[in-house]
Amino acid sequence: MFFLSHIWLIPLLPAFGAALMFFFGRRLQKASVSAVCVGVIVLAFLMACGAVWQYSAWSSAPENYHQPYQTILYTWLGSGTGHMTYLTHDGTPAPFEADAGFLLDPLSSIWLLFVTGVGMLIHIYSTGYMAHEGGYYRFFGYLNLFMFSMLTLVLANNYVLLFVGWEGVGLCSYLLIGFYFHRKSASDAAAKAFIVNRIGDAGFLLGMFFVAWYFGSLRFTDVTQIARSGRFAVGDPIITAATLLLFVGACGKSAQIPLYVWLPDAMEGPTPVSALIHAATMVTAGVYMIARSNAVFVLAPTSMKTVAIVGALTAIFAASIGLVQNDIKRVLAYSTVSQLGYMFLALGVGAFAAGVFHVFTHAFFKALLFLGAGSVIHSMSGEQDMRNMGDLGHRIPTTHRTMFIATLAIAGIFPFAGFFSKDAILWETWSREGGAYRFLWYIGYATALMTAFYMFRLMYLTFHGRPRMSHEVEHHIHESPRSMTGPLVALALCAIAAGWLGWPHSLGGSDRFTKFLEPVFAPEARVLQVEGRTGQLVAGVEEERNTGTEWLLMVLSLGAAGLGWGMAWRSYRHADKGYTEPIAAMAPPVYKTLLNKYYVDEAYDEVFTGRRKVGNVRLGVLGLGEASSWFDTHVIDGLVNAAGWITRLTATISSWWDKWIIDGIGVNGPAILARMLSYPTRLLEWGLVQWYALVMTAGLVGFVFYYVWH
Amino acid sequence: MNSMLHITTLHYLVLGAALFLLGVIGVLTRRNVVIVLMSIELILNAVNLNLVAFSRYWQGMPARMGGGPMALHGQIFSIFVITDAAAEAAVGLGILIAFFRNKETVNIDEVNLLKW
Repeated sequence: MFFLSHIWLIPLLPAFGAALMFFFGRRLQKASVSAVCVGVIVLAFLMACGAVWQYSAWSSAPENYHQPYQTILYTWLGSGTGHMTYLTHDGTPAPFEADAGFLLDPLSSIWLLFVTGVGMLIHIYSTGYMAHEGGYYRFFGYLNLFMFSMLTLVLANNYVLLFVGWEGVGLCSYLLIGFYFHRKSASDAAAKAFIVNRIGDAGFLLGMFFVAWYFGSLRFTDVTQIARSGRFAVGDPIITAATLLLFVGACGKSAQIPLYVWLPDAMEGPTPVSALIHAATMVTAGVYMIARSNAVFVLAPTSMKTVAIVGALTAIFAASIGLVQNDIKRVLAYSTVSQLGYMFLALGVGAFAAGVFHVFTHAFFKALLFLGAGSVIHSMSGEQDMRNMGDLGHRIPTTHRTMFIATLAIAGIFPFAGFFSKDAILWETWSREGGAYRFLWYIGYATALMTAFYMFRLMYLTFHGRPRMSHEVEHHIHESPRSMTGPLVALALCAIAAGWLGWPHSLGGSDRFTKFLEPVFAPEARVLQVEGRTGQLVAGVEEERNTGTEWLLMVLSLGAAGLGWGMAWRSYRHADKGYTEPIAAMAPPVYKTLLNKYYVDEAYDEVFTGRRKVGNVRLGVLGLGEASSWFDTHVIDGLVNAAGWITRLTATISSWWDKWIIDGIGVNGPAILARMLSYPTRLLEWGLVQWYALVMTAGLVGFVFYYVWH
Repeated sequence: MNSMLHITTLHYLVLGAALFLLGVIGVLTRRNVVIVLMSIELILNAVNLNLVAFSRYWQGMPARMGGGPMALHGQIFSIFVITDAAAEAAVGLGILIAFFRNKETVNIDEVNLLKW
């Protein structure tokens, strides 16, 4: 069981590659950089295959039947002495522990395999794509760091270590989107991605705290066990709050409404980055986290409904924007957001296995689409606007063919991968009880139609029609090197075959994918059935499958795909210079709104950043700054000014007191008194002779009178 | 002859008082120093008159009360007063002349070197 017990080596290998790049990358040759960084990923992939192989052997043994495999390296947070304890919601103390532990069960096996597999192919592709770019070692260092974080996320056995990986992929996303940092748009997009992600992270953290407080542990196995033990009632408000907050975190990472705005801008990064991070791996982290917490989510039907509704709305919203975008990568970005919406829709209606299946197939065909787009851009000497492409099909045949396969897959054409996963989601949505679920199916169906339309629009505008590029660009068109086309072919094979793992029962298959995931999700299906059929217990896990309806829905979704394809074929097949968009021709205001992405970015800018004032008030972060500044200027400084004013007032009073009272009465008073008293007294020495005589006479008369009367 | 007033001592006293009063008013009121000196003489003379009047009164009084024909105290005193008046007038005029030499005026209001 070497690979299984040394599963911690799998994330560590790319970490080693990243460290090597950090310390020595500058001095290494490009060949060495490629050898090291691609080599570690190849090793990681091989180890991952070995680990999953050994896990399936290990878990089929009767004593380990359907158990997840856990290996704990050491206790990272928390102490064994019991000093880091906290009180849970009912007052029982629980130790706060987060180990550096790794968990391998069917769910993480799937992620492990496609993350390392697709990652390996993209690393190989990047050696060709980035061959002429500067910062080669930096790129691969960041890519390896990303693989380390993603693998930590996927293999973690507790929420805290998952969050470490979560943050790590966010960081690498920032670093890689802003790889061409001397371009302002790129560094802005990187900052936007990180900030929007962070908002989601706040929700994730709060949800995590709620989980810790309520369940007393952060380990997945503990939480799942407690959640399924029946201790908590379905619809518990705290659990609903916790799951909603976790979903906010997932929205940030997996680009759902309202936190999807960073993903289209993230196309500023190099195309392999878009393929790896923003198509196949990082954006699926939210789906992974919710699938991992499925036991908790099942206890909160309100949250599940919210997840489903948000997912469906995001799917159709993003698809509508993708209908009219002109940048090839942006179409794919909105397509990613839309497909992620499908995955959340699946999770929300309780079809966890279908959601994971779509993640799996999506990784292949979306990575293929992005790598193919990169190949197109490479051959077009950096041109990304589809209005300047056209008629590339016969000039870059491998790219054309592989992208065509990917387009068939994403549109959901039988028997390519996307058909099975998308159909599984739509079938599960339809077969849930309740009118709301039907409505969600309609949304999903409309989105499928739009998906087919814009993907084939992309195909026709890029590879068919008349050439619309300048002549010098036309001269340089060439097929990409083997390092780039090799992964394209490999991914194309996966895009064809991956769906066969989930061949549904209704078509005679054994749906091995769902069966593989049974140990993770199966009990949930039971709970949900009870939920759905108003408390009546259903015997057995297998629901009654109405295969007739399922076939009908399959035909309908094929019809939608075909209809979308046909509409695109009609509008764009012969696209020449100055072709008209059919939507622009039919409804210009609709076209303008879609082209401007419903003005969501502008709205966010105004409300949350506060770039424009609303009336006299500035909103958002800048508004907060202005409010703080106002507070500081008026309230704080006002207090300071008031203190100064009071000091001046006291000084004035004091000086008045001094001048009028002290000086006036104290000092001048005696003087005035003296003068007042002296005035009459001075008369005694007037200097006038006759006055003296008069005074003497008066005195004499006084004496005489006195004596006469007495 | 009964229409004539019987002149008693009182009449003399009143006259003396009147003269005294005039003299005092003159001292206090007149501006000219010489007139002031004259008024002082008038005062002294009024005093003399008073003395003589009382001397005459006591002459008419019986001896056992201090009177009699040889009770001439008042008249003798008045001779002292006259002598004193003469000396005083001489001194006064001497002051007046010294004052006039200084101030070139005989206005008593100008005697104000000690005035503040």
